[in-house]
Amino acid sequence: MAVQTIGHAPASSSHKGMSPLRRREAINGYVAILPWFLGFLIFTAGPMVYSAWLTFNSWELITPPRWVGLANFRFLLEDQLFRTALWNTFIYTVVSVPLQLLIALGVALLLNLNIRGTNLYRSLIFLPSQTPVVASAMLWFFIFSPTQGLANAGIGLFGIPPQRWLWDVNLVKPALIAIAVWAFGGAMIIFLAGLQDIPQSLYEAADLDGATPFSKLLNITVPLLTPTIFFNLVIGLIGAFQVFTPVYLMTGGGPGTSSMMMGLLIYRHGFEEFNMGYASLLAWVLFLIVITLTIIQFSLARRWVYYEGDRD
Amino acid sequence: MDTHVSPEVKNLQGQRPLMQDHAADDTTARSRSLVVPRKRRAVVVHLILFAVAAVSLLPLLYMVSTSLKARGREFAYPIEWIPNPAVWRNYLTAVETVEAMTFFANTMIVTTLTLVGGILTASLAAYGFARTRFPGRDFLFMLMLSSLMLPYMVTLIPQFVLFRELGWINTLYPLIVPAFFGGAPFYIFLLRQFFRGLPTDLEDAAKLDGAGFFRIWWTVAMPLAGPALATVAILSILHHWNDFIAPLVYLHTRDNWTLALGIRLFRDQYQVLFNLTMAYAVMMTVPVFTVFFAFQKYFVRGITISGMGGR
Repeated sequence: MAVQTIGHAPASSSHKGMSPLRRREAINGYVAILPWFLGFLIFTAGPMVYSAWLTFNSWELITPPRWVGLANFRFLLEDQLFRTALWNTFIYTVVSVPLQLLIALGVALLLNLNIRGTNLYRSLIFLPSQTPVVASAMLWFFIFSPTQGLANAGIGLFGIPPQRWLWDVNLVKPALIAIAVWAFGGAMIIFLAGLQDIPQSLYEAADLDGATPFSKLLNITVPLLTPTIFFNLVIGLIGAFQVFTPVYLMTGGGPGTSSMMMGLLIYRHGFEEFNMGYASLLAWVLFLIVITLTIIQFSLARRWVYYEGDRD
Repeated sequence: MDTHVSPEVKNLQGQRPLMQDHAADDTTARSRSLVVPRKRRAVVVHLILFAVAAVSLLPLLYMVSTSLKARGREFAYPIEWIPNPAVWRNYLTAVETVEAMTFFANTMIVTTLTLVGGILTASLAAYGFARTRFPGRDFLFMLMLSSLMLPYMVTLIPQFVLFRELGWINTLYPLIVPAFFGGAPFYIFLLRQFFRGLPTDLEDAAKLDGAGFFRIWWTVAMPLAGPALATVAILSILHHWNDFIAPLVYLHTRDNWTLALGIRLFRDQYQVLFNLTMAYAVMMTVPVFTVFFAFQKYFVRGITISGMGGR
């Protein structure tokens, strides 16, 4: 949509060639976006360039930055903790996001049937996703108590002995994933909005054909929902790859390094050990991974995302 | 009834060709036969939704219930869902044992000022993008959109360096000042879409009356943008109320802390005091839920468009 507006702007118009009225308009426009643009330069673009430079430096904040060439890069290649963090973040992302979306989609489809009480269900199911992240982190920290928390009480009903959850190398990642999945309400709300955009006439037409609910789901709902699924997937992956607060508050990356994530590793290097150069490099690696994943998704999208008549 | 089905739908169906005659004859019989299964289906759907709602809410109920337990009773088994006695005093104790009022004041300062700065500068930029033409506009707009995808962690370290140079570490400035430079790219995007959708009649009339661009923005466009501004306001408030990492990085002494940082403080030398922690968590959560139920429409719209839910 944004691309289309290019047509409005006069191609390569210079200030000189403008009428006074147009020049006035252009000046107004520049002034209007100036606060944002300055902010972009000062708080985004400038820092990005600066942190790119920092990746070639060693800097502990006390003494001035010292140029070390590729030393940070060499360290990165041998850094076992980086590999662990990358792997953990990857596992966390590729399990939690699809699981979250699957449940969100399923519940959204049920809510979209508009049975009585739908509004209440929707509101209640949405609440976990809006619980402040620090509150939910402390809550789940308590739920996953190795003694008698809610989680152990729950599995106790099925005769399963108490587990150590966040203190168990094998269970800490599934536990963190479960917490993320619990907050599926945001994705669900987005799916509901997408479902409401599907023209009712398609279903009515399909009804006349005697289509079964399942074939309507498969042939109308899912194809027309693919843009929404795509949106949720992109947003979800970007978000999950940056996970920080729950890990910081609940596990600190442990036990051992079994829940060390990229976000936490960057924080540790940057703000606990003050290896600003190496932390910048890690942040850039995270950025490049997120960008690559997003680009891959956009290029795969052509194969499965259905844009209705390519309207625009 | 019109039995015509457009070719697209047939394609979507992707199935055997229509049997129109048969379908028409069959209509009454089919609708009758559907009555019973539909009711049964509703029951099944109710059951599933009820189960999902229960699983969603159980942890939150556990939070409330724990917040009312006497110290040492948090782990009592079987779980006391309705604590007896209910220690309402935990809420007061939680506020008193940490500097909760200070945290609250700081959070309010940050939330309010970022709201004002964000709304003003984001709507101005959005109005500029929506209603003026200038060389480079579309490039700049794309640039802004692409910055949406930037992980927060990437700019955090160099921004920290910047604010350190400015002497702003352990002040609220790093949390507040950036909001006065366009709020967040997403707010600009959302408001720009809204302004573009507005009919231009009123603005044209104001222009004829001799009003300038900025006057029209402030007196004509902004009053019309109520719903969009409400959506942005909710997103902004939520973000700053919930934000943990920026306060963690910038605020070092407790007199500057925000509410989110304070939640870790409830512990004695052995363990976390979960009843007080949960009371504090409830106090942080209730305002969010209240805003949700009071302004559900704008709230949902904000989450829908931004995709911020759950993170």
